[in-house]
Amino acid sequence: MSLPPGTTVRARLGDPDHHTRVPRYVRGHTGVIVEDTGRWPLPDDVARGIDPPRVETVYAVRFGARDLWGQGEHSVTLDLWESYLEEAGPR
Amino acid sequence: MTSGHGHAELPVAARVRRLEERVIGAGLASDQQLDAVLARLYQHASPRSGARIVARAWLDAGYRDRLRTDGNAAAAELGFPVSGYQLKVVANEPGRHNLIVCTLCSCYPVSLLGPSPSWYKSLAYRSRAVREPRPVLAEFGLVLPAETEILVWDANSERRYLVLPRRPEHTEGMPEEELAGLVTQGGLIGTAAV
Repeated sequence: MSLPPGTTVRARLGDPDHHTRVPRYVRGHTGVIVEDTGRWPLPDDVARGIDPPRVETVYAVRFGARDLWGQGEHSVTLDLWESYLEEAGPR
Repeated sequence: MTSGHGHAELPVAARVRRLEERVIGAGLASDQQLDAVLARLYQHASPRSGARIVARAWLDAGYRDRLRTDGNAAAAELGFPVSGYQLKVVANEPGRHNLIVCTLCSCYPVSLLGPSPSWYKSLAYRSRAVREPRPVLAEFGLVLPAETEILVWDANSERRYLVLPRRPEHTEGMPEEELAGLVTQGGLIGTAAV
């Protein structure tokens, strides 16, 4: 999966038992890819001692405050490994 | 290692020391090696380092461009080696203000900004900065015009952020060192204008 900036994506729902880096407040919400930040080991695998860990593209994804909280004009940008994301299609 | 700074009696200091003793006892590292790791980490660990980067970026457009494209390389140019994370510099512009937070823990470019302030690690800051940054900034004394867009950056990956504040007005001709003296730790986090 290689997604260009501007692609609308959804952070996956779900609450794994192990360490993950998807903050709860973005789960199930849609955002837009801002940039590809390179490939990094998946923290979920690293924390469980899975060797070698999956190495995935990490995308900076921007969420609108209105989409996250129902109000607000600001945006929140965070970095999400590709397995945290699913394509959401045009809104 | 010596705890110093009057923190030696804190429970966390005792816990850290116990861990160190276990590591040393197991022959994994010596006291000297542990001290060397910390010395390396904290060698330039002060907001003055971030401030020097900012002042250079204000004076040198080429440096500013390099800083925004490859933060690690640009920091190294000034003698601040950054390793273990990717430095992402986000620039304030007229009508656009950036704010850094780490909602999952307290990630922060310690080597360039110094140890993070205690409020940066507080649950209140971490939960409110992403939800209502405007009132949070106002509590820090930074009241932004209503039309200023606020971009919050949550440092949940291996990237660490540094805000490049806007150069204050009436500072034309000011030498680099003096410009750096205007930059505060809050300015580098985004809780202050400069």
